Amino acid sequence: MSLRSPLSKAVGLGSAKHGFSHWWWQRVSAIALIPLSIWFVFSVVCLVGGEYQTAVDWLSSPFNATLMLLFVLAALFHGQTGLQVVIEDYVHTKWVNLSILLLIKFASALLAILATISVFKVVLGG
Amino acid sequence: MQKERPLSPHLQVYKPQLTSMLSILHRGTGVFLALGTPVLVLWLLALAGGAEAYVNFQACFNNWFAQLLVFGWTYALFYHLCNGIRHLFWDVGRGFEIETLYTSGKAVMLISVLMTAVTWYFAVSRLGGAA
Ligand code: HEM
Repeated sequence: MSLRSPLSKAVGLGSAKHGFSHWWWQRVSAIALIPLSIWFVFSVVCLVGGEYQTAVDWLSSPFNATLMLLFVLAALFHGQTGLQVVIEDYVHTKWVNLSILLLIKFASALLAILATISVFKVVLGG
Repeated sequence: MQKERPLSPHLQVYKPQLTSMLSILHRGTGVFLALGTPVLVLWLLALAGGAEAYVNFQACFNNWFAQLLVFGWTYALFYHLCNGIRHLFWDVGRGFEIETLYTSGKAVMLISVLMTAVTWYFAVSRLGGAA
């Protein structure tokens, strides 16, 4: 005898889980990344091998800082959702799968916050 | 009751084809790009860290191996970008005819190589100018 209702035991066991929203946001981030990646590569080519001050001045512009954050955050989000699909395909031992997934999620969160704080520091002239 | 359930394709028994190669390359480049994102964040950290941190960061790229990785990342990005657009067309149900699959696949290969070449042409000429 269990206190869990039969419904609560069944819900969420299907293969779909929150599959659609995962799929959808993977596509939304992909579309956002099309112009953002092109902008990013173009910008880096302009800065490559350059002076520190040139790069700081460049990133200090609110416009560049905004696009930079959008690019990094979209890439991290898209990469993280993408890697999840890859490990779901190849790693079938439940606890290993879950451990890698958590590692990817924590690492992405860490990178996202580091990136955000760094960009803010440069924009605010720290 | 059906015991033998369908399995995913055993890749070993298939003859390599352009379409399957491009497909696995999409996954490979996706993973490689994701592995590169920490470097991108390190660059931003270096920018926030001051002139010395930035010079140290740049110094890490003064060897052929790092440069090769960055070159690979650029190509991976362009390949994944172009092939990603191909994927998005499939997502709305377009471009599945065999002939179209091959044409779009070849276009992706050509355009991604061209974009990488143009990018590095400008990057190297700027580096040459700075040195
Ligand atoms: C830094 C940028 C990017 C990173 C780190 C990244 C990473 C990834 C990863 C890890 C996957 C999973 C691969 C798989 O399931 O086989 C993926 C899938 C995908 N990516 Fe990206 N990607 C990036 C940029 C882009 C761009 C610019 C597009 C543009 C269209 C794009 C479109 C897609 C699509 C459509 C998929 C799903 C493919 C499928 O259904 O298997 N990605 N990406």
